[in-house]
Amino acid sequence: MISQFFVLSQRGDNIVFRDYRGEVQKGSTETFFRKVKFWKEDGQEEAQAPPVFNVDGVNYFHVKVAGLLFVATTRVNVSPSLVLELLQRIARVIKDYLGVLSEDSLRKNFVLVYELLDEVIDFGYVQTTSTEVLKSYIFNEPIAVDAARLPPLGPAAIFMQGSKRMPGTAVTKSVIANEPAGRKREEIFVDIIEKISVTFSSSGYILTSEIDGTIQMKSYLSGNPEIRVALNEELNIGRGGRSLYGNYRSSAGSGAVVLDDCNFHESVRLDSFDMDRTLTLVPPDGEFPVMNYRMTQEFRPPFRVTALIEEAGNLKAEVIIKVRAEFSSSITANTIVVQMPLPKYTTREIVGGSENTLRAKLSFSQESHGNITKESGPVSMTFTIPMYNASGLQVIKS
Amino acid sequence: MAPPGQAQRSPSPSQPSGKGEVSDLKAQLRQLAGSRAPGVDDSKRDLFKKVISYMTVGIDVSSVFGEMVMCSATSDIVLKKMCYLYVGNYAKGNPDLALLTINFLQRDCKDEDPMIRGLALRSLCSLRVANLVEYLVGPLGSGLRDGNSYVRTVAVIGILKLYHISAVTCIDADFPAMLKRLMLNDPDTQVIANCLAALQEIWTLEASNSEEASREREALLSKPLIYYFLNRIKEFSEWAQSLVLELVAKYVPSDNNEIFDIMNLLEDRLQHANGAVVLATIKVFLQLTLSMNDVHQQVYERIKAPLLTLVSSGSPEQSYAVLSHLHLLVMRAPILFSSDYKHFYCQYNEPFYVKKLKLEMLTAVANESNTYEIVTELCEYAANVDIPMARESIRAVGKIALQQYDVNAIVDRLLQFLEMEKDYVTAETLVLVKDLLRKYPQWSQDCIAVVGNISSKNVQEPKAKAALIWMLGEYSQDMHDAPYILESLIENWEDEHSSEVRLHLLTAVMKCFFKRPPETQKALGDALAAGLADFHQDVHDRALFYYRLLQYNVTVAERVVNPPKQAVSVFADTQSSEIKDRIFDEFNSLSVVYQKPSYMFTDKEHRGPFEFSDELGNLSIGADAADTVVPAHQVDANDKDLLLSTSETEKEDGRALSSNGSAYSAPLYDAPASVPASQIQSDLVNLTSGLSGHVPAASLAIDDLLGLGLSVTPAPAPSPPSLSLNPKAVLDPGTFQQKWRQLPISLTQ
Repeated sequence: MISQFFVLSQRGDNIVFRDYRGEVQKGSTETFFRKVKFWKEDGQEEAQAPPVFNVDGVNYFHVKVAGLLFVATTRVNVSPSLVLELLQRIARVIKDYLGVLSEDSLRKNFVLVYELLDEVIDFGYVQTTSTEVLKSYIFNEPIAVDAARLPPLGPAAIFMQGSKRMPGTAVTKSVIANEPAGRKREEIFVDIIEKISVTFSSSGYILTSEIDGTIQMKSYLSGNPEIRVALNEELNIGRGGRSLYGNYRSSAGSGAVVLDDCNFHESVRLDSFDMDRTLTLVPPDGEFPVMNYRMTQEFRPPFRVTALIEEAGNLKAEVIIKVRAEFSSSITANTIVVQMPLPKYTTREIVGGSENTLRAKLSFSQESHGNITKESGPVSMTFTIPMYNASGLQVIKS
Repeated sequence: MAPPGQAQRSPSPSQPSGKGEVSDLKAQLRQLAGSRAPGVDDSKRDLFKKVISYMTVGIDVSSVFGEMVMCSATSDIVLKKMCYLYVGNYAKGNPDLALLTINFLQRDCKDEDPMIRGLALRSLCSLRVANLVEYLVGPLGSGLRDGNSYVRTVAVIGILKLYHISAVTCIDADFPAMLKRLMLNDPDTQVIANCLAALQEIWTLEASNSEEASREREALLSKPLIYYFLNRIKEFSEWAQSLVLELVAKYVPSDNNEIFDIMNLLEDRLQHANGAVVLATIKVFLQLTLSMNDVHQQVYERIKAPLLTLVSSGSPEQSYAVLSHLHLLVMRAPILFSSDYKHFYCQYNEPFYVKKLKLEMLTAVANESNTYEIVTELCEYAANVDIPMARESIRAVGKIALQQYDVNAIVDRLLQFLEMEKDYVTAETLVLVKDLLRKYPQWSQDCIAVVGNISSKNVQEPKAKAALIWMLGEYSQDMHDAPYILESLIENWEDEHSSEVRLHLLTAVMKCFFKRPPETQKALGDALAAGLADFHQDVHDRALFYYRLLQYNVTVAERVVNPPKQAVSVFADTQSSEIKDRIFDEFNSLSVVYQKPSYMFTDKEHRGPFEFSDELGNLSIGADAADTVVPAHQVDANDKDLLLSTSETEKEDGRALSSNGSAYSAPLYDAPASVPASQIQSDLVNLTSGLSGHVPAASLAIDDLLGLGLSVTPAPAPSPPSLSLNPKAVLDPGTFQQKWRQLPISLTQ
């Protein structure tokens, strides 16, 4: 059970504050913010504060969403997963209702947020986090903020800033907003979002590869119809044997998708999953992950990135990064960012297309000691490719 | 409209400073209070919003309490809600004014709209004013009997609130018993879950002064109740499921079939997208199988995939919570995770707190077959631009070197670090090389050759400097320049701020003196003189001790300073196995994240429901004092055997109970299920007369609960009624057990 919940802006201002049990002193928001801002570990500064810490017997939990800090406090030894999951869920419910989650939208709609918070938690115990159920308790109407004025969320933001959100054309409509024409549009959005982690050796050989994916749904359907989501027919879960690496070859080429493991939203029923790979669900209102999955089966990475660093004397070096697009020429990737940390001198960003080479000459103001190659990198790359995913997982019909 | 951002901090002319605005608000509210003009509700809404926004940023708006209450006579539900929020916030500090609100809240509790009834009841119970509790009892009682489930969920939590304001009032009104009846009969699972939460809190707090409460608390763990919850588990919300599973983890089944049945029923919970549900299920699995070595080990295998999936989905914060638990399991049974090491590789953009856990796991799972790859990966991190990460990685390489038999290659890598000529890399490496030499003196030649090339001027960090000085003293016969380096360090005694370094300097120069007296004599004299004049007590005392020792007898002094040394075989673990077991018992709690048992970071009154650690703490301390050998042995055996041996089942049973299972020890376990069962039966019967009108599904619940019809008479049953889990599970018991016996195990021993 939690004692307080609050949302702080990046500068530490209180945007929303709710005390459920009165067990934690009032100054907790300042204590929390000071601690997070000046977190020190082993005497080292600029370390990042962990999501959970204890100050004078009070446990502080926080998650960062859309640049805001969602915080809960308690004096009791609770399940950290439960509280962090709850904070993330509260952020999502608020987003469902406001359409856009930002400091501005929260400030404009704080009374509605208080309505939500009153129903989500009572005396520290979670009552419901279902956007659907909450609808009947919410009487304030959301005040829309101009979505166009929001800073664009880079695709990287999906994974780097907390929960996975729909990229690009993110739906920014409140679940209780009325259409101008007075009638509601029946819509449902289904996205497959994948995070690909591949390590290449210097010779281009794949060392490790993993896909973490999620099927996201955002429903604006009325009347709660039952929906069936059919996935690839040749879809296997669990890799049979124990070795998660090393038996790539066994399944490659056959067209089958083998997931290491997956989990499902609680609305999903798997009655016919074993038969025809179909998920049955009555989608609740709002945004939620239908299924999360993880795959280490061999797949073709969409890009190959090669980096070459040539040292030319003590004060000069040349960096060459080649990005090769390995997918069909009929699709295009966009919002590409390639990053490569370089030893203390500079960080460069470039945007590339389907095949690109970056050549950068570096000059140093101080003599290097021959470790540039070791200290540079790894090269990391983020990008969005609409209508393409690496795992081959498909939603055939829904 | 937007709340003023930093009203308190920056009283600039454009920002409201508070005072003036509040009195303005007061006047405006007063004007509107009696008005019935059209559109007045809209103006009220705007004013109320202002009040709430001031309240949020911390401006004291308690002075408008009266006006707010006057304005609350409205049918506008948005206004009502804002008013409730306001009143809840300020009632405690203004008990007299709070009395003003009682009237309209009580009236709202009887509104025909269940929403208003619920909201009013919640606000009424949130006033937290002790002398108003008499006004709560009536509305709470009718709230529990309300036909609408929303009102009932609010009433149940309201009773818990009442308990915290005035425990006596709550107990005297017999509310706990009513909650218990509701828990067993309500058709709404959220009502049931709230009853469980409330009763756990109330009975845990009451248990210290009432035997009945402590019996009731134990009865929550009785078979009929546990089965009642388990059979409906999927009807509960994910949050309530976590609550129920936490309870089930404390249940002690009577035999292995029961254990398998429960696991069978819960296995699909491992596929839930909510990490809290999965971790709570894992806790049940781990606790249930403590007495069955082989199955317990299979549980580790079974939960790997779901845990890894949770780690890689969701936000970094959620991953961290799950990863902390994976970390605990890896540390407990590294051998079971040795082939999964690639999952613990760090990703560039992960936060440091995640990387740190992963490094520790990589260190733990390193064995003969994967060390090469792990160390190669770690060496990449050591060159990282991120300095804390580089340091941690070097430490990890060192730890692996200390736990391996074949350290050849690792020592080479460590020595290569020294060639990178980065101060922080050198510093970390020196500390490691020192520890390595204490364990593997045979490597001294190679190490000394490299260490000898390091200029002591490039080593500034105290720990590293101390390590270098230790090596200079210990291997002075092999290091040509040792006496002279020490001499130059002693010359700069005044500039050396770390007492640790000065202490090491004294000892090193002593050691060096016995090996190379003519070259060191002057340095020793200088060091002792400087040490005797040192302001630091320890340094002064050590210098004096050496001085007197040398005066007394040089041979004795040599024996003291340079005794023949045995290589260190195992470095002491920083955490005792007993503490580790306590943390394991508190799986799925903050103890795992902090890596400390709860008594180290929670106040006594906040240990939470079912936290038996007070009793446990006393118990184990007592045992420690009386007999230090036995517990140590138990715990040790528990740590290793439980996961590795597969044959000692008989011995295991008793032991597992005495160490890990001690949190819910014998009396509770042995108490037959018949007592609580018959109690429930009679309760059920009482209830059918009192509540059945409002709760038509009650009879269903009874069927569900006992597998018996309503016709059962409350005559004391000679044996406990047979209970069964509904056959909702995926597999029939036979197949399920077969499957568990066949799970592949990576263990090769």
